[in-house]
Amino acid sequence: MQHYNMNLTLKVWRQRNNKVKGHFETFQVKNISSEMSFLEMFDVLNEQLVAEGKDPIAFDHDCREGICGMCSMHINGRSHGPWDQTTTCQLHMREYKDGDTIVVEPWRANAFPVIRDLVVDRSSFDRIIAAGGYVSVNTGNAVDANALPIEKQKADESFAAASCIGCGACVAACPNASAMLFVSAKIAHLALLPQGDPERKVRAVNMVQQMDTEGFGSCTNIGACEAECPKGISLENIARLNREYVGAVFSGSPRG
Amino acid sequence: MNWKNYFTTSIGKKILVGATGLFLILFLVVHCYVNAMIFWCDGGKHFTEAAAFMGGNVAVRILEIGLFLGLGLHIIQGLMLWSQNAARRSVRYEVSAGNKTSKWYSRSMGLLGTLILLFLILHLFHFWAPNRYGQAFDAGWKEEDLYEKMMVVFTPMWVVIVYLLGCFSLAWHLMHGFYSGFQTFGLATNRYKGIIRSVGVAFAILIPLIFASMPVYMHFMANSHP
Ligand code: SF4
Ligand code: FES
Repeated sequence: MQHYNMNLTLKVWRQRNNKVKGHFETFQVKNISSEMSFLEMFDVLNEQLVAEGKDPIAFDHDCREGICGMCSMHINGRSHGPWDQTTTCQLHMREYKDGDTIVVEPWRANAFPVIRDLVVDRSSFDRIIAAGGYVSVNTGNAVDANALPIEKQKADESFAAASCIGCGACVAACPNASAMLFVSAKIAHLALLPQGDPERKVRAVNMVQQMDTEGFGSCTNIGACEAECPKGISLENIARLNREYVGAVFSGSPRG
Repeated sequence: MNWKNYFTTSIGKKILVGATGLFLILFLVVHCYVNAMIFWCDGGKHFTEAAAFMGGNVAVRILEIGLFLGLGLHIIQGLMLWSQNAARRSVRYEVSAGNKTSKWYSRSMGLLGTLILLFLILHLFHFWAPNRYGQAFDAGWKEEDLYEKMMVVFTPMWVVIVYLLGCFSLAWHLMHGFYSGFQTFGLATNRYKGIIRSVGVAFAILIPLIFASMPVYMHFMANSHP
């Protein structure tokens, strides 16, 4: 594919902190290469702002290789931009043409308050994990591969669920700002493995309780989360979480 | 945590909406089956017999109370979910994904449900209320001639149009609701979700279509036999 350069108009959300109201600010960027990633394009813009003595735009990023889940940006209405199963750092500028206007917003959900500009506070996810998304006994070193037999199908499903990177795109995309896809991925990941099995009921009850406390919305099976998840986490995990939860509540009421 | 506060959690709430929704789906099947007897072209004989059975039967009357309770729960819980969820994102997006990541009817269940509710009020006022009132006060617990009543009600064209709009809203509500109920109960696994979706689409088209043909049919019956 032919490489090319482009000039773009960016409308970016600016907000000093979660106490004040935010607003959009418009910027022009020139000579952006089609080979840059979306975040590199932001680097160019920020260097330009620093050179002009202005405040650079705050945005989250870490690995820049699609595995850490930090790069939260809502781009022209899409979580992580228009490409399927892609994080913002893996979105490349060849998606855009010279003269395009791109609107960039932070994840918007009351459970993800804005820290600054495009950076949001996702510690609500950490607190959900802390409520039960772990195995509480120390399991020591990794055991020999086949010492603990696990059915192939369960191992595969658990692995697929474990690929959730906690990015929050599901919440950002959901019209209800629900965290069900994230929570269900964690629940499915652990419930399917023998190490996670003994605590599965307490875990389901406590994690759902924490999810509600954090102020996420209720899932109404709309499915925008699945469409936007960079790791292809399936709605089937939510079906599993519903089953786990009903099972946990109606069989012996574990203490929260 | 026990089952008593279960229904106030986010999953408990959707289980309530899902369970009552699936119950209402069953009701639609029965309602549609009985009413479809008007198409026997026997001047409403079959239909009147079936309606008399449904109207004069104690068990059905008791089920009717359950139906209204289920309907009430479905409406209240559904509307509450709608408003609570809307409050979870105080600052809205400037640009939203729209139909690229989800279906418009899945996002509009509250609105579609409200339209159905408005239609339902009119519908109960047309048939259910006068029939029960008549049973209690005039006819000595006998069913009114509902076939005759349908002809009268559906003579004006505007009523037919309102009923068609009601069926239209119902179709889109079911298009999401059928599948959604099964998903809520955790039954839409990879293995079954394909079939659940297909049956859901067929149901969402077929049942409202049969319902929609009733006012149209009765309108023409009424106008052809003055
Ligand atoms: S489920 Fe997908 S969208 Fe949600 S946090 Fe995990 S990886 Fe991100
Ligand atoms: S920066 Fe790590 S996934 Fe994008």
